[in-house]
Amino acid sequence: MDILRQLDRAPILNTSITLLVPLALLAALTALLGDLLLERIVTAMFIHLIVVTGLQMFMGNSGIVSFAHIGFMGIGAYATVLFSLDPEVKAMTLRHLYEFLKPVHLPFWAALLFGTGIGTVVAAIISYPLMRLHDAAAVITSFAVLVVLHDVMVHWTEVTNGPRTLFGVERETFLWNSALCAMIGLVFATWFRESKVGLQLRASRDDRMAAQAVGINMLAVRWLGFVLMCGYAAFAGGLFAHFITSFQPRQFYLAEVFVVLAMLVIGGPGSVSGAVVGTVLVTALREGLRVGEAQLNIMQIFGGQVVGLTEFLLAISMIAILIFRPAGLMRGRELRLPLGRTTAAPRRSR
Amino acid sequence: MSNVGAILQFTIDVLSLGSLYALMALGLVIIYGILRLVNFAYGELIMVVGYALFLLSPTPLPWLVMGLLAVLVSIMTAYLTERIAFRPLRERSLTAVLITSFAVSTMLQNAAMLFVSPRARVVPLPEIFTVQVIIAERIVPLRNLIAIGVSIALLALFALLLKRTILGIALRAAADKFMMTRMLGIPANLVIGTAFAISGLLAGTVALFWFGRTGSVTPEIGLWPLLVAFVSTVIGGMRSLLGAVVGGYVLALIQMTFSNFLPPELLEFRVTFVFTLVIFILLFRPEGLIRGR
Repeated sequence: MDILRQLDRAPILNTSITLLVPLALLAALTALLGDLLLERIVTAMFIHLIVVTGLQMFMGNSGIVSFAHIGFMGIGAYATVLFSLDPEVKAMTLRHLYEFLKPVHLPFWAALLFGTGIGTVVAAIISYPLMRLHDAAAVITSFAVLVVLHDVMVHWTEVTNGPRTLFGVERETFLWNSALCAMIGLVFATWFRESKVGLQLRASRDDRMAAQAVGINMLAVRWLGFVLMCGYAAFAGGLFAHFITSFQPRQFYLAEVFVVLAMLVIGGPGSVSGAVVGTVLVTALREGLRVGEAQLNIMQIFGGQVVGLTEFLLAISMIAILIFRPAGLMRGRELRLPLGRTTAAPRRSR
Repeated sequence: MSNVGAILQFTIDVLSLGSLYALMALGLVIIYGILRLVNFAYGELIMVVGYALFLLSPTPLPWLVMGLLAVLVSIMTAYLTERIAFRPLRERSLTAVLITSFAVSTMLQNAAMLFVSPRARVVPLPEIFTVQVIIAERIVPLRNLIAIGVSIALLALFALLLKRTILGIALRAAADKFMMTRMLGIPANLVIGTAFAISGLLAGTVALFWFGRTGSVTPEIGLWPLLVAFVSTVIGGMRSLLGAVVGGYVLALIQMTFSNFLPPELLEFRVTFVFTLVIFILLFRPEGLIRGR
């Protein structure tokens, strides 16, 4: 009983365990079943979970909608691949690569670290001056950053192979490592939400003026949140590159923005639990719809190919959630095991 | 001699493109002014017109009627998105409305993919759009001149509506202080519904000329007009209707200058240049060139 009571006094630990145990079970079950398709779906889900968790850390805590992070996911993917790709493959897939990058060849984890680092540093430099914008200006600049990053990815043929597919990446991301990374990311995000910076960020979301009046350096905490989000996205981008093994710039654009945003909004941006619930739910929904779409195509009911049904219905469910439950399914609350409720601690932080 | 022609052609290019950009920006800013909503579903109004024209093309209707019907579809789409998706939310959270508009945009695009086709479709155009006229030894497409004429007429009509009618005064009052306007007994739903209908009319009109340039419609066609509207309003000032118009012309001038004078290897990065410029404008002059009150 002592342990349980202590858990109740440690909300971060409690939430972490409540979120991690089902995810770990899901990963273990997938591994046990050994179904290849299921394994791919769950791995992709964990990669998405990292992006969504990162988005929650910034958007959920600061209240500012972001589009730019997907661009940094792209940077992470391309930067990681530049370090990890075998020089012989590089000679084939990136024919116009700069000379000094041609012989570079690092093991996967080192490359992932460098790729994440590059994405994070670029985010830190670009975003600092943007953090004092709010409302419409913040949204439009975030959108502008995404468009610029996409444009650079499409046209910087030397390092990205342009709008064409970059192929020949080795499969390094598997169920176990993506699950592990996502879980570590979750624990950190849960801690971040309750940390000093996290609380300051949430204060600036709820009342900008009051937060600044009590001495919160809003620019600094927002910036930190944004950079963390982009770091998560870049890391997930590197994992994604080594999961999908061939990709193109359009995979880091508005369609991806929409899926990630739908996951967070449906779950509820206010809490890390919302990010988890949304990611799991939307993944299940998308895969279910995709199966349905494939079935329709096989049966040829509508004569031609059915395209876009999945995203169409996903958009409608997102609008419905926003109308009927604007704060998402979790409504900004964290999942917690109801341990030691008998002690009814009234001083529990919100 | 050829210099005069070149300048004239450049001017007509800038004016015709700028007129479209100005109307586009105006339709975005009229909604932003009242609701403080950046409407991401705005570009899809262009798309809707394209598909309406495509679906109407087998009918024996004259093109002008098809065009009017297509603009009507755009107005209806704008009004219905407000009625169904935005109205239940707008009292509660602006962020939620913003995300909803993004979801509506995705929904409309995928609806087009689902119910029409993911591939490009040819949009019927009137013969007059292919006519070329020669001014000062330069070939100028007549549709550019028509675009300038129609846009200026529409801008004048719009200005008249805002200045002289009660509805226009209500719209301007709502854009200035929405809460106060409601307290004075102006029905909010009427004002907002009208604003969305006007934005549908403006985008629909732009769309007719937009397809005159591109000739075909795809589900993603709305993205570029949306970006254009964003950039123009940012340049001109988010809070001023006049600013939106000025911003549209300035953006067209910037774009045409880039296209004419940038070296070809940098030309492919022109989107990057334009948007980096936007970010800088927002940083150093967050209110745009023309400040609203």
